[in-house]
Amino acid sequence: MIVAQSLPTVTPTWYLALGAVLFAIGAVGLLVRRNPLVMFMCVELMLNAVNLTFVAFARSMGDLGGQVLVFFVMVVAAAEVVVGLAIMVALLRRRPDATTADDVAALRG
Amino acid sequence: MEFVVFLIAAAIVVGGALGVLALANPVHSALSLVATLFGVAVLFVAQDAQFLAAVQVIVYAGAIVVLFLFVIMLLGVDRSDDLRVEPVVAQRPLAILSGVGVLAASLVAILAAGGDTATTTVRATATAIPTEEADAASLGRLLFTDHVLAFEITAILLTVAVVGAVVLARRPVRGDDPVDVEAEA
Amino acid sequence: MLDLVWLIPAFPLLGFALLVAFGRKLGDPGAGWLATLMVGGSFAAAVAVFAGLLGLDGEERFVVRTLFEWIPVGNFSVDVGVLIDPLSMTMVLFVTGIATLIHLYAIGYMAGDEKFSKFFVYLNLFVFSMLMLVLGDNMLLTFLGWEGVGACSYLLISFWFGDEANASAGKKAFVTNRIGDFGFMTAAFLTFATVGSIRYVDVLAKAPTVAAVTATGITLLLLVGACGKSAQLPLYVWLPDAMAGPTPVSALIHAATMVTAGVYLLTRMNPVIAAAYDWAPTTIAWVGGITALFAATAAVAQNDIKKVLAYSTVSQLGYLFLAVGLGGYVPAIFHMVTHAFFKALLFLAAGSVIHGMHHEQDMRRFGGLLRLLPITAGTFIVGWLAIAGVPPFSGFWSKDEILAYAWQENKALWAIGLLTALLTAFYMSRQVFLTFFGRYRFGDPSPEELHAAWDARIAAAEADEVTAATAIAAAEAARDEAVTAVAVAEEAVVAARADAETAAAAAAAVDEASLEAARSAVAGAEDKDSKKAAEKALKELEKPAKDAEKALSAVAKAEAAVEAARAKVADAEELVATARRAADDSAATVDAVRRAAEAGRPRTTVVPLLEAPDSSGVEDHLPHEVAHRRAYHPHESPWTMTLPLVLLSGGAILAGGLNLPFAKSLHVLEHWLEPALFGHETHLELSGTAKFGLAAVAVAVGVVGIVTAGAVYLRGRGDRSMIEQPLLADAWRVDRSYAWFMGGPGRRSFDLTALFDRTVVDGAVNGVATLVRTASSGLRVAQTGYVRTYALGIALGTVALLVLFLSRAAF
Repeated sequence: MIVAQSLPTVTPTWYLALGAVLFAIGAVGLLVRRNPLVMFMCVELMLNAVNLTFVAFARSMGDLGGQVLVFFVMVVAAAEVVVGLAIMVALLRRRPDATTADDVAALRG
Repeated sequence: MEFVVFLIAAAIVVGGALGVLALANPVHSALSLVATLFGVAVLFVAQDAQFLAAVQVIVYAGAIVVLFLFVIMLLGVDRSDDLRVEPVVAQRPLAILSGVGVLAASLVAILAAGGDTATTTVRATATAIPTEEADAASLGRLLFTDHVLAFEITAILLTVAVVGAVVLARRPVRGDDPVDVEAEA
Repeated sequence: MLDLVWLIPAFPLLGFALLVAFGRKLGDPGAGWLATLMVGGSFAAAVAVFAGLLGLDGEERFVVRTLFEWIPVGNFSVDVGVLIDPLSMTMVLFVTGIATLIHLYAIGYMAGDEKFSKFFVYLNLFVFSMLMLVLGDNMLLTFLGWEGVGACSYLLISFWFGDEANASAGKKAFVTNRIGDFGFMTAAFLTFATVGSIRYVDVLAKAPTVAAVTATGITLLLLVGACGKSAQLPLYVWLPDAMAGPTPVSALIHAATMVTAGVYLLTRMNPVIAAAYDWAPTTIAWVGGITALFAATAAVAQNDIKKVLAYSTVSQLGYLFLAVGLGGYVPAIFHMVTHAFFKALLFLAAGSVIHGMHHEQDMRRFGGLLRLLPITAGTFIVGWLAIAGVPPFSGFWSKDEILAYAWQENKALWAIGLLTALLTAFYMSRQVFLTFFGRYRFGDPSPEELHAAWDARIAAAEADEVTAATAIAAAEAARDEAVTAVAVAEEAVVAARADAETAAAAAAAVDEASLEAARSAVAGAEDKDSKKAAEKALKELEKPAKDAEKALSAVAKAEAAVEAARAKVADAEELVATARRAADDSAATVDAVRRAAEAGRPRTTVVPLLEAPDSSGVEDHLPHEVAHRRAYHPHESPWTMTLPLVLLSGGAILAGGLNLPFAKSLHVLEHWLEPALFGHETHLELSGTAKFGLAAVAVAVGVVGIVTAGAVYLRGRGDRSMIEQPLLADAWRVDRSYAWFMGGPGRRSFDLTALFDRTVVDGAVNGVATLVRTASSGLRVAQTGYVRTYALGIALGTVALLVLFLSRAAF
């Protein structure tokens, strides 16, 4: 097909660039959003960007070790989410009206 | 062929990410996150990391996001943020600045390296990515031999996290009510 | 023999230690005898060392003995050692000798005082310090002694510190001396910095190599120190006040020993003075000269016997400085020795007078004591002649030497010295005439007492007048009572008469017939009852007649009463008249007393010397003190006090022999002191005629002073109050101006310094704290408490780091 012949090759660089974009979006989202859960989700975005980058490197360097690392990142991300949400639950139980990150400012001073 | 897949998946990923960022309702954000995760899973498959793609879908999209939604519903934080107001001064401009900065730096690094990300620097003990059999087996072999310590530690980490979550999130037992510092502040 | 030198300071130190431990137990007079023995032992040791020194040749008479090394610090090494040379031995001899005599005297003087043993503790400590001052072989030991004598001076001046004035005097002495001490200390530092050592052996040897500027600096600083210790202008102010201490203290410390320490120091450091600019010793001479004249003018107007001697001491010390400044070290030491004798003598004799006159110190109350206190008077007169410069007493020889040097070197200073000699003769003669000659004035009431007596008499007369006025009032009151009594009696007569009339009428109403009937009824009655009834009836009928009789006698009585009352009124009138006459008499008396007071009150506050004040009108009203004084009999002092007086007067007469001017061979002191002077002393090169002429002038001046004083104070010529100006009595108000300055501008500058300390120094420290606090308050703003701002910080930091890495990376 004519389309197939003129399609550019996807080099690992493209995946890396995509990862960078995803990371940037996650960073901005973390800084801009006030809802703690949404901030968490932005952290997940950043972690996913990292995973993507690792897998791209694993493929380009022909090393399965990259994928092992991604595995661990996912596990740790899961654990982190669990603990983080537990903290949020505990916080909101004590202060039901602290629904944004700005309300938790006791360390001000 | 890979190009088309990449393009579509990339579009989903970026779109979902922007959705997480921009949607006011947190439930909508969570759903956008799911979209992003699926997109990333597709990209994993495109890069011969099928096992990881599966894990991504099961763990991330299936467990973590569901957990998010549970908490949203449980605590009732599904009230939308008012995204028009930014109480902290200069937060938005500086956030955008830092985001652009990170992106620019990363892109510069990536593009300047050029094609050097290729297979020129291969580790001595690198395991090749198999293409005939499913990489789950070789991944598993790698995990239980070269990285068994990390594996065990991660297992402990998960246990600790679960225990911690249970302790943190339980209802206060009567007589065990620590002083509410925030209420006094 | 020279090894005995350690006994010289050891004896008084031992005495001090023993008295501190056992003084109370030894008590009065045991502690005194112990102290005297110790100082006597010191004197004996001094004589032995002196003999040993005589055994050496002239050149060798400069011996240093070291006891132990005291402060070895790097290249600064100070030993405890003594320098035995003619100068120090001269000082030691007369210090210990006079000190022994004064200790003996003090046994008698301080007898009965409750702090008897403590007095001797301080005295022995003082002698020890003075000996260390004189014997020390380096400036630090001298300074040790310097400070020690200053401390003992403070302790002894304020010995009777229960009285606030005494305590203040002690403090004043100490503080003023401190200023001088600062000068001495700085001189020692400067010496060490220049010469590298403070031992006299080194300093005096290296003195010619010292730069003139430094030598001048050292000299002037030493002068400051000497001015403080030897009471020269402007630091003399403590010495007159120091008379608040017991007289033995005044004699020992403030006449003979401590105050000579300044002169000793300057003489000891004479090579340094010689290496200084010429104007430095000239300054010393002028300081001495002006002080001498200044103090002599002040002494002329003093009324306290000890204050005269205090100003006299300042004046004579001025002579010493004058001599030192002109290079005349030999006459300075000569006059120092003779002055020690006669001034100590004068002070002790004054103390004997005070002791004999029941602690009175005002010379205006003395007079005619020559017969009553013969030994005291005799020795005092010896001292007087010595200080006035009458030959052949010692003072003449030494003062004349100084005047001769002054004539040779600086005629202006000679004139000042001569004028001072005139004033000295005048005020000392004044003192002697007021105290020992003339009329015995102790029983005289002072003008203030006379005024008080006249006031008392007038008050008594006025009191009588008041009593008389009250008597009149009482008599008149009695008379008025009598008059009212007469009126009452007359009314009684009238009433009685009225009663008599009624009674008579009632009597007349009873007729004879009923009377007869009643009588016969009584006679005819048969039984008792009827008899009683009849008698009763009779009585009733007879009653009016009886009543009439009673009424008549009542009338008679009332009339008699009226007569009596009238007589009483007459008596009362007489009493009133008497009281009125008495009142007139007392009013006349008050007027008479007032007129008498006008005539009899003293006109001035000047105490009359030649005639007794007229107290005829007020003998009964004089204050009690006058009666006490009149009853008092002055008595001569015990032998413990008079023996030292006699011995000192011997010294005052004979000490002139130390340096007679007639022949070179008689210049004993001059030859003796040569090793210590290193040839820096000025030599007298006047011809015999010139010296004789100067001596004649000096004697003439002395005689003029004595004669003038005699004319004014013995014969009563001239006006005393013209001479005894209040300005002079106040010593030209120097003291007051110091007080004003320190209280006024001085105080303000001190306040400024305190303000500087508070604001700048403390402010700097506090400012640092404030700075930190302000900075942290500013930085606090960064702690917003918002997680997102912290996250933003992390993000921006990450971007920065990435940029940093990228810029370093090699692509």
